[in-house]
Amino acid sequence: MIDLGPHAVFIVAAYLGVFVAIGVLIALIVLDRRRVEKRLARLEAQGVRRRSAAG
Amino acid sequence: MNGFLAVIGRDLRLSLRTGGDALTLVLFFVMIGILVPFAIGPDARLLARLAPGIVWIAAFLAMLLGLDRLFRSDAEDGSLMLLQQAQMPLEAVVGAKVIAHWTLTALPLLCASPILAIVLAMDFPTFVRCLVALLVGTPALVALGAVGAAVTVALRRGGLIAPVLILPLAIPVLIFGVGAIAAGPVPGAADSALLLLAALSVLLVGLCPFAAALALRVSED
Amino acid sequence: MSFETAQKPSWFARLAHPGQFLAWTRPLLIPLALLSAGLFAAGMYLAMFASPEDYQMGDTVRIMYIHVPNAWLSQFVYALMAVSAIGSLVWRHPMADVSMKAAAPLGAVFTALALYTGALWGRPTWGTFWEWDGRMTSTLVLLLIYLGIIALWRAFEDPLRGGRVVAVFTLLGALNIPIIKFSVDWWNTLHQPASVFRPDGPRMPASILTPLLVMTLAFTVLFLTLHLASMRTEIRRRRAVSLERQRAAAQP
Repeated sequence: MIDLGPHAVFIVAAYLGVFVAIGVLIALIVLDRRRVEKRLARLEAQGVRRRSAAG
Repeated sequence: MNGFLAVIGRDLRLSLRTGGDALTLVLFFVMIGILVPFAIGPDARLLARLAPGIVWIAAFLAMLLGLDRLFRSDAEDGSLMLLQQAQMPLEAVVGAKVIAHWTLTALPLLCASPILAIVLAMDFPTFVRCLVALLVGTPALVALGAVGAAVTVALRRGGLIAPVLILPLAIPVLIFGVGAIAAGPVPGAADSALLLLAALSVLLVGLCPFAAALALRVSED
Repeated sequence: MSFETAQKPSWFARLAHPGQFLAWTRPLLIPLALLSAGLFAAGMYLAMFASPEDYQMGDTVRIMYIHVPNAWLSQFVYALMAVSAIGSLVWRHPMADVSMKAAAPLGAVFTALALYTGALWGRPTWGTFWEWDGRMTSTLVLLLIYLGIIALWRAFEDPLRGGRVVAVFTLLGALNIPIIKFSVDWWNTLHQPASVFRPDGPRMPASILTPLLVMTLAFTVLFLTLHLASMRTEIRRRRAVSLERQRAAAQP
């Protein structure tokens, strides 16, 4: 590992914090998408059709 | 002009009829000023140094708490819809309501400010600056508050969120308002703060009726 | 809302119609994500290994490589929200509300990260985690505005409504942000007459500028990817809500 100098802990904490936050953000976005897709799938299974699709 | 004055008069009369409101706000304002020495100790010099900030924060809180009533009662009983369809442009209606609201909320605060000045060990020249600063700066607060109230008028429990929305935007008023009273070691800064505060008030009072009217309109659909 | 598709829809229809939007953005997500990852890899390499330490600050300058992109994004995202707000109010563009709503949480996160990295940069360099200097204070106020906007969105019980109201408030915020910046700077010079040296000044050699630009680009592409993904989910969510209402209305 490269030498980050006397204040390495701050540098590491900064980068770590940023990547953890981004990771959590991505995870939340993916989870939200899955939840909405499940919701739509359930509605589809119940036979609810969009008015436009019904033509 | 007739319609404009009519709206002001109506708001004033309605509020005075229900009474109580202005008194509550003034009480809240004074109470904050009285609470602070309990929190930070009675040292007169410390209090005097902090007094401009404390007075402004008290004014902020009192006025922000009162801003929901700008449109809510009218929205609830349907008069807002009638006002929107009136001949007078909605912006003028909002402007009139802002003036009425300022009279009902800021003016009592100004009258109550001597109490705070005494309690917070403010000397007389500082108190005079304080009065002027409040006079010049409170219109800006009411104007911003009007937009906050308009944006949240469609929300059932909107009254709680409006202060949260407006506070960050009102920070310049606080900065220049306090600076206009006592700007510290830099000479002449207090005067420039007062001018900046006045400019801000003019800008916001001119701009916010349009923003508030727009918010009221788009809240309908 | 039915549409005849004998010919390809116009570019406006592709941008505005939710179904069309979903269709043509689908193939964009993975390439964007890959591009973002690649840029981050390159940027991290440059930031950690291929750039020198600053002669004054030492290695802590490396924090700048993630601080500046977040600070840039905090403002860029708000600008995007403001443009979307205008689109919502002036043209009633259907995607404008969706764009605004998706951007707000992202902007808040980047702003918070700007504050976080700024604090960690400040501690070894100037001794304190927080100093009420003009730039960081303005960023803090910006975060409060973002959070207020998010709270406003959530306060609308109907998730399909509120777009234009939030747009008005977003624009009010946009107008106020320069005023806030100015007043905070004024306030700062009042209470700290001795100016504090801020090292992210103009003089930046290529060896430091390159990692900075690459990281900034990486973060920006990341935001665009996340924003697009969030917009797509929001469109689907709105579709789900309307379908649920349709179902509820159909029941006797």
